[in-house]
Amino acid sequence: MWLADLINILQDHMAMLVKETGNTLYMTFVSTLFAYILAMPLGVVLVVTREDGLYPLKSLYRLLDIIVNIGRSVPFLILLVAIQPLTTLIVGKSYGSTATIVPLVVAATPFIARLIESSLQEVDQGVIEAAESMGASLSTIIFKVLIPEAKTSLMVGGTIAIGTILSYSAMAGFVAGGGLGDVAVRYGFYRYEGEIMLITVVLMVILVQLIQFIGMKIARKTDKRAI
Amino acid sequence: MGTTPFIQIKDLQKDFKSKNDTVTALSGINLNIDKGTIFGIIGMSGAGKSTLVRCINFLERPTKGTIIIGDKDLSLLSDSDLRGVRQNIGMIFQHFNLLMQRTVEDNISFPLEIAGYSKREGRKRAGELLDLVGLSDKRKAYPSQLSGGQKQRVAIARALATNPQILLCDEATSALDPTTTRSILALLKDINKRFGITIIIITHEMAVVEEICSHVAIIDNGVLAEVGKVEDVFRNPRTEAGKKLFFNNTNIVRKMKGKRIIRIVFDGKSSNEPVIANLVMEFKAHVNILFADLKEINEKSFGHMVLQLPEDKDLSDKIIYYLKNIIKVNVEELIDYVVS
Ligand SMILES: Nc1ncnc2c1ncn2[C@@H]1O[C@H](COP(=O)(O)OP(=O)(O)O)[C@@H](O)[C@H]1O
Ligand SMILES: [Mg+2]
Repeated sequence: MWLADLINILQDHMAMLVKETGNTLYMTFVSTLFAYILAMPLGVVLVVTREDGLYPLKSLYRLLDIIVNIGRSVPFLILLVAIQPLTTLIVGKSYGSTATIVPLVVAATPFIARLIESSLQEVDQGVIEAAESMGASLSTIIFKVLIPEAKTSLMVGGTIAIGTILSYSAMAGFVAGGGLGDVAVRYGFYRYEGEIMLITVVLMVILVQLIQFIGMKIARKTDKRAI
Repeated sequence: MGTTPFIQIKDLQKDFKSKNDTVTALSGINLNIDKGTIFGIIGMSGAGKSTLVRCINFLERPTKGTIIIGDKDLSLLSDSDLRGVRQNIGMIFQHFNLLMQRTVEDNISFPLEIAGYSKREGRKRAGELLDLVGLSDKRKAYPSQLSGGQKQRVAIARALATNPQILLCDEATSALDPTTTRSILALLKDINKRFGITIIIITHEMAVVEEICSHVAIIDNGVLAEVGKVEDVFRNPRTEAGKKLFFNNTNIVRKMKGKRIIRIVFDGKSSNEPVIANLVMEFKAHVNILFADLKEINEKSFGHMVLQLPEDKDLSDKIIYYLKNIIKVNVEELIDYVVS
């Protein structure tokens, strides 16, 4: 009886659920892409300018370190509201999936920069020394040693980042941000249609699991350290 | 020019500064290394060996003094010129330091990639070098699939990729078992002979120096304690540091009062003589061998033996006289001989 109801509801809202799942994936992947474009140089600069890095620059490291820490400590929901003017400026409106990408990128960039920093930090100092002994320049070391050697760890980090951004994107539902979170808020929170909310939660769990599974599989497959 | 040493280490000092103190890792190091030699630098852990070798290719910029290679004073070079010089100096390490995400072949061609060669040239050279180090079948393998000895062979191939004139080895065999160590040392010796490449070997193990070096420098606490041909330094270590390195790590002898203990040193001429048998025959005296260590270096025998002489002073004096003047070995009386 209950199951039949659920299937009915599912059928009634199928088109909407598919569309919003698409929106969630759209927000998540586009945000991840932009966040990585910004975080990659940031993470590299953090590693290189550290006191024990390849090109120590104490004050620059300090500055970036503080910015990243502040960025990470602002709760996403507050950030979402706080940067609405910026969002409107960039996208033209402050609601909907595309608009949500802006706060997602702003929130994820410092987080991802830290992930990248810690991945690059793991690269064996000896391998870097070997490259230096061959006369490698700083950029060669970054692009041919640091990043390729940290490949597996970076991919694991990427998988974590996508999962985190996906769950952030759901929070944007409270400001009509589009996607499955929006559906959950609209139906579950405002209309007390618990079934729809339940379905969206299940869908999100499946998405996160799937991303996790595929991401880890790829990371492991490309790792040449343990064959 | 012919008499100018290939590598000159001049009045080298290296300080490491931290917030509240300065560690002087090296000071007053002067060393000349001739082209084509296999030069050992030996010392206890923490003596400053790695710092010294890192100064030779200026991975570590000296606080004072300089390194001159050929006619280039490294302290006068720009960063980019220094990188060029480093392309002419290979380096291998205790832990191999291979790129784990690259194949063996791509590891070996990496220095060529840095030097701007094409992928094709790199591959070709990698093939030649893999033949040289005996790993042709591992071309497409990853470092994680290799044993320690194989990894070091790949590292050697990589270090040779640019045809360098100098090869620096920092504890290159310290992570390997004795058999593998010997095979790696044999490979280095072969490379030295074939290509005339100057090899500098950093180690804390005397056996490594004995096995392949022609010259040795002893570093102790950041200063140069002794330098010379291996056979000279080995025959007669003049400093405490030298003696500790050459004559330690073996037997346990308690302090014995009233009995004279001597060390006789074999310098490559007298080791075949049955010294102890002669002694016994000559003096009908009981001589106790406390310790003996004889080794072959460059087809000559070297080593030393610690003997306990009879209590009778006249008799022991005669024995020492006999050893010194008849047998003509180096005799040194050990006061308070306590080896642990
Ligand atoms: N980067 C560094 N910063 C501070 N101290 C260092 C550094 N590198 C080496 N040292 C110090 O210099 C001394 C010599 O070190 P090292 O050259 O590594 O010795 P070895 O290779 O002979 O074991 C040690 O006391 C070590 O602690
Ligand atoms: Mg060392």
